[in-house]
Amino acid sequence: MRRIIAGREAGTVLGLIVLCAGLWIATPYFATAANLTNVAEQSAIVGVIAIGMTFVILTGGIDLSVGSLVALVGVVIGSALQRGVPVIVAIALGLLAGIVAGALNGLMITRGPLPPFIATLGMMSVARGAALMLSDGRPISDFPEGLRALATSDVFGLPAPVVLMLVLYLLAYLVLTRTVFGRYMYAIGGNEEATALAGVNVRLWKSVVYAISGLSAGVCAVLLVARLNSAQPIAGIGYELDAIAAVVIGGTSLLGGSGSVIGTLIGALIMSVLRNGLNLLGVSSYLQQVAIGVVIIAAVLIDMALRRRVQRSSL
Amino acid sequence: MPAAASSEPAPALRMRGIRKSFPGVLALAGVDLDVRRGEVHVLLGENGAGKSTLMKILSGALARDAGTIEIDGRAAALASPRAARDTGIAIIHQELALVPEMTVAENIFLGRAPTRFGLLDQPRMVREASTFLSRLGANIDPNQRVAELSIAQRQLVEIARALSLNARILIMDEPTSALTDRESQRLFATISGLTAQGTAIVYISHRLDEIFAIGDRITVLRDGRNVATQEVRSADRRDLIRLMANRDVDELVTQIPRLHGAARLRVEGLTHGHTLHDVSFSVRSGEIVGFAGLLGAGRTEIARAIFGLEPFDQGTIFVDEKPVVIRSASDAIAAGIGFVTEDRKREGLVLSRSVRDNIALPILRRLARLGIVRRAEEQATAESSVRELNIRTPSVGQLAQNLSGGNQQKIVLAKWLATGARILFLDEPTRGIDVGSKAEIYMLINELAAAGVAIVLMSSDLPEVLALSDRVLVMREGRIAGEFTRADASAERVMACAVGM
Repeated sequence: MRRIIAGREAGTVLGLIVLCAGLWIATPYFATAANLTNVAEQSAIVGVIAIGMTFVILTGGIDLSVGSLVALVGVVIGSALQRGVPVIVAIALGLLAGIVAGALNGLMITRGPLPPFIATLGMMSVARGAALMLSDGRPISDFPEGLRALATSDVFGLPAPVVLMLVLYLLAYLVLTRTVFGRYMYAIGGNEEATALAGVNVRLWKSVVYAISGLSAGVCAVLLVARLNSAQPIAGIGYELDAIAAVVIGGTSLLGGSGSVIGTLIGALIMSVLRNGLNLLGVSSYLQQVAIGVVIIAAVLIDMALRRRVQRSSL
Repeated sequence: MPAAASSEPAPALRMRGIRKSFPGVLALAGVDLDVRRGEVHVLLGENGAGKSTLMKILSGALARDAGTIEIDGRAAALASPRAARDTGIAIIHQELALVPEMTVAENIFLGRAPTRFGLLDQPRMVREASTFLSRLGANIDPNQRVAELSIAQRQLVEIARALSLNARILIMDEPTSALTDRESQRLFATISGLTAQGTAIVYISHRLDEIFAIGDRITVLRDGRNVATQEVRSADRRDLIRLMANRDVDELVTQIPRLHGAARLRVEGLTHGHTLHDVSFSVRSGEIVGFAGLLGAGRTEIARAIFGLEPFDQGTIFVDEKPVVIRSASDAIAAGIGFVTEDRKREGLVLSRSVRDNIALPILRRLARLGIVRRAEEQATAESSVRELNIRTPSVGQLAQNLSGGNQQKIVLAKWLATGARILFLDEPTRGIDVGSKAEIYMLINELAAAGVAIVLMSSDLPEVLALSDRVLVMREGRIAGEFTRADASAERVMACAVGM
């Protein structure tokens, strides 16, 4: 465990602990089983997208389309279910849509070549429009029990979405640290030209990364649809920014090449603990927005200062 | 230095004891330069001798660490390009510094466009621009966008811009490098006109013919120091070449006896656009073939083409006498070729990753099973590379950015050796590396050759090429202009061939 949260993540973990301790003292409602479960469930939604976003940002890119993809995938699943398609097939279709849209992002970025910001900004609008067209702008509701169970059932005493998120984070952690693909992501983000010169098919792997980001938006959509028992074409607005915030608070550099998925998990937890705590303390939702913005900026400033110190001491 | 005798006016430019260092490099170690009014003063020296740094200081783009500059006898600070321009200094850059999306006239008057009632005086700008262009005999429409111009035309626009400043001191950094003979002649005529009006000109060029045609005096720099200043009339070409190139690296190189085997790499008729013309050569196993030539003569382009980074129009590559098709870096690696690039930080290393990750990068698939890296094997590979190449690092987990230039270069070498490359292209392998590490890298190159690797060494450091190579091929304007055996290759001969004498 010490190796997993070594160095860089230590500061983020400390931030989370301080935040929790403060809330525990400040309000009796925070440290209850029901509330903590709720916080974990909240973090699962954006937490899952943030996995794909971490991959993308590690390679030096950005994916602005994931919020819209959540809506698109949800609507695909919803309309499939409306037509009487079995739950498992509907979910598979939805996830496939997410992967295809992500792969399209990847193609535009590697073959265009468009800057990731532009390609995914375009996809953000296209996917939102497609979701609205497919659903005729109306929510699709009332799904079979099999789908809703994904959100409501427990595994080992924890809500299923939380367990799913943790499993996915473990998987992503192993991919990043143990596999050839993981090494390639860090290398591409660190120096794309040197990586290409080492014979790595940079275009292919970058496309795969965006496809994974589309897939993680798809998984998020499944959880959201199951939880709300409704697929909404306006779902997921602003999720891309929450995901980017979680990644950045977690210490991953927007320049690419350094960061970790464990940091992102903690970043996602900090975001939902903060929201939950401010709610419990009765802080107005307007002020909450301000507070979250300040936390994002402070987290990055602290991270940069720490990094500068590390660099200086190693010289 | 006391003031000049009263009979002689102060020189247009007097630089004294100019020093400038960059992290780890002393670029100028106290250089003096005097330029008289109406003189064309040629600045000569190898790449890296300090010419460009000196001119950047004179044009206000770089701040000097020490030294004084006087313009017409008055001390000048030259703290910014703007200050230098206001003092009457203009520079024609070698790398073109124009805004492609703006018109020729707008570029010529960039930052000081004529105005009327606060609005741009477009007609006047166009009129004046065409005056300066026609003085150069350039047939260029001032309303054309620079992006549509050829390199030679852009060079002429750059020159027109400098002329329009009415500078008293004009710096020209290889102004003819992109010009045709006729355009060059026209430029020389313009230069004569300017000097007749008293303009002082600092002229940087490698082309000895034009130096003798238009120069009055020559100052030779080497390793950031003055070597000589003399009248062009009394200068001897051979002396100049010797003055530029003279340096001893022989003592850094220990020869290891080695046997040359069969041709490992053979290239036939490599041709690409304007950069490479019918380049053919072969390298045997155990042989070091050096490529010499001026900057831009096509050395790097050969390596990039063979390594699959740039497409080429024509030509065949044979590895072990079998033709190979190379379309990407991974094809080249599969054919047993490695490429230590010129720019270590940009193309050679992932600085933010560890020594281990860098060495393993090209061979990760081999080190993995089902996509999962076998970390023990990765660690062992990296550790044995570090041992063999004597890379000085506390551990293989150290980030590449924390190592010295010499040790970083060894990581790049280790990376290619780990792929099992039998053919190694080394492009400027010791640039920016201290003398101690240089000696080690020379040793390593010799050892690799002794172990049967075919080595292609490309370097603008001529003494380095001469000391290491079994054969020297000289590039000029994209062609192989000459070939010398180790015994025949001397600095004078190679340099003469490179500049086309």
